[in-house]
Amino acid sequence: MAMKTSDDLFNHRVTKELDNTFMRGAVSSAQERFQTRRLLQAAELGHWEEWRSHGEEIRKHVLANLDFYLYQLSENVAQRGGHVYFAQTAKEATDYIKGIAKKKNAKKIVKSKSMVTEEINLNTVLEELSCEVIETDLGEYILQVDDHEPPSHIVVPALHKNKEQIRDVFKEKQGYDKTEKPEELALYVREKLRNEYLTADIGITGCNFAIAESGSITLVTNEGNADLVTALPKTQITVMGMERIVPTFEEMEVLVSLLTRSAVGQKLTSYITTLTGIKEEGDTDGPEEFHLVIVDNGRSDILGGEFQPILQCIRCAACVNACPVYRHVGGHTYGSIYSGPVGVVLSPLLGGYDDYKELPYASTLCGACTDACPVKIPLHQLIHRHRQVIVENEGRAPVSEKLLMKAFGLGASSPTLYKMAAKMASPTMSPFTKDNKISNGPGPLKAWTETRDFPAPNKDNFRNWLKQRSKGGEQ
Amino acid sequence: MIGTIENRDAFLSKIAQQLGRAPKTELAQPIWQYQPQERVLKNATKDELVEVLVEQCKNIHTDIVLTDTANLTKDLQKVVDNYGGRSVVTWRDERFERYGLTSFMTEHWSQMGIQLYEWNPAQHEENIRQAEKANIGITISEITLAESGTAVLFSSKNKGRSVSFLPEKSIILIPKSTIVPRMTQAARFIREKIRDGEQIASCINFITGPSNSADIEMILIVGVHGPIKATYIVIEDQ
Repeated sequence: MAMKTSDDLFNHRVTKELDNTFMRGAVSSAQERFQTRRLLQAAELGHWEEWRSHGEEIRKHVLANLDFYLYQLSENVAQRGGHVYFAQTAKEATDYIKGIAKKKNAKKIVKSKSMVTEEINLNTVLEELSCEVIETDLGEYILQVDDHEPPSHIVVPALHKNKEQIRDVFKEKQGYDKTEKPEELALYVREKLRNEYLTADIGITGCNFAIAESGSITLVTNEGNADLVTALPKTQITVMGMERIVPTFEEMEVLVSLLTRSAVGQKLTSYITTLTGIKEEGDTDGPEEFHLVIVDNGRSDILGGEFQPILQCIRCAACVNACPVYRHVGGHTYGSIYSGPVGVVLSPLLGGYDDYKELPYASTLCGACTDACPVKIPLHQLIHRHRQVIVENEGRAPVSEKLLMKAFGLGASSPTLYKMAAKMASPTMSPFTKDNKISNGPGPLKAWTETRDFPAPNKDNFRNWLKQRSKGGEQ
Repeated sequence: MIGTIENRDAFLSKIAQQLGRAPKTELAQPIWQYQPQERVLKNATKDELVEVLVEQCKNIHTDIVLTDTANLTKDLQKVVDNYGGRSVVTWRDERFERYGLTSFMTEHWSQMGIQLYEWNPAQHEENIRQAEKANIGITISEITLAESGTAVLFSSKNKGRSVSFLPEKSIILIPKSTIVPRMTQAARFIREKIRDGEQIASCINFITGPSNSADIEMILIVGVHGPIKATYIVIEDQ
């Protein structure tokens, strides 16, 4: 699957997902648990703000010197017998990997969880070669068996499914005959996949952090599948987004400490695996051949611009777990493998505004994402900036906003629209307002207000209010 | 063998161009403004670190046994029995001899009908076959992180990665001398090796308890693709 996960209209997706009551229950309880665990771990660690600042300074330094660190990484990988391929585009990356699969005459490929391989649509390309590609992360495997359903969360891809649905997927597709108990489902997958690792020709992984100084890659996992994917097949291919790199083991350690706490509320996950090059002489396990594919695919266009901070992202999904909009609409609404606030910022940058112009409006700009981010990405500010860019520079407003504008009684878009809209919001919303709540709003508000009320804008905007107040008016 | 590097120049030039400068080939060591990791368990004694480790094991679904070299065989036997015995795979590691385990494992276990397989760099396929069918894998920690309850394993030709992954149960021996506050000290230790020009292990694994997943309804399942159960045996070695 590519980054884009749906051709359906944004408003349709919102309406559809808002009706998915299991998903909404699962997401809100997951958010509660993630948040509680993250905050507990941060409190236990102590000096959390300082940790965040350290994470931020590391990520900023790496981005400012990215060419140097990628150079150093590639030299050190090559020194340890690995091949490095720099791919500007998704196609260059998949062509290269396809070439390896052909050369190896690969029939079976096992994969551990990787967002970037989803982004470049790698599985589809490999399947065209009649290669069997098997996802081995439990959540990813469930989705793959269920006709390649897209993930709805960066860390827990099958979050939207309940155990009964999962049981039925295995039953229908593979004749599974046991219960919906998670332990039984996991044991079934363990047994099913064990032989696949042993017989696969190629193992493919993503990369949480590459370490420039040693030429290593770091994989952060809980299930143990990535370790089997890299220990058993003769050829290993690791695909990394070009920004996923740190200078040394010491910075890797800091970012891993931030990642595992922020992602799943663990001090460390079960496996933090650092792999360097090909296996050593006499080693039984580990790859004989190792390829590191470093992917740009639109990232360098973000570099040097006002959206650069999004490249600090370490894919922990703390922002997703903190987001009130994600809580209501779930991951599939975003139409991208990257959901939640990080997806709102990243998807339009990597995939273009044409497909993702509504996403920046799937935010309340409350800033919970920014507060949760372990590397201090100003997410809500970047989301706001997207809105400005869409309206001002792109010279067009998204469909949903057009409806909104129509309701405001304003036709064409103009740079002052935003300000005017804010000013006009209260009077134009008045037909929809009841008891100071909007319960049947127009445009994108419609989908929301069908199920919940939206607070009505203040009768007076802040600037006017302040002016009045300083004159001694109504407070 | 040195690997190949393809398309690097154009790729890095684009990055430098976006950053508004010429490509960089040299860079001074960064000096960080913040170093919060230094503070964690800073002045803890070894015994206090053991306490932290014991406490953390409760969070990571791992049993922990504290012992000394005199009682090691007895305590190891208990854990192996508890795991149902049958078959054990171990690294080829001189530390087993140092802790007085070699003759115990080869002689005593064969009398008891527990099958022992020692990793053999000359028999690749047999190693995997044995590790795959073994009930228990035994490995030894190089560095142990008290804060997170983590054993750090370095692979080599005598110390296969699969020993800690393929068997259903994992026993990790933890010499007390290897315990440090947290991952910070391990990262520094490994970095010093790199700086000294030493070749680091092709796989350095930070292992924290048995494999697990919360992918189904966020309900924790202990035991997925790797071991289902894990025990740490801390050995008083100084």
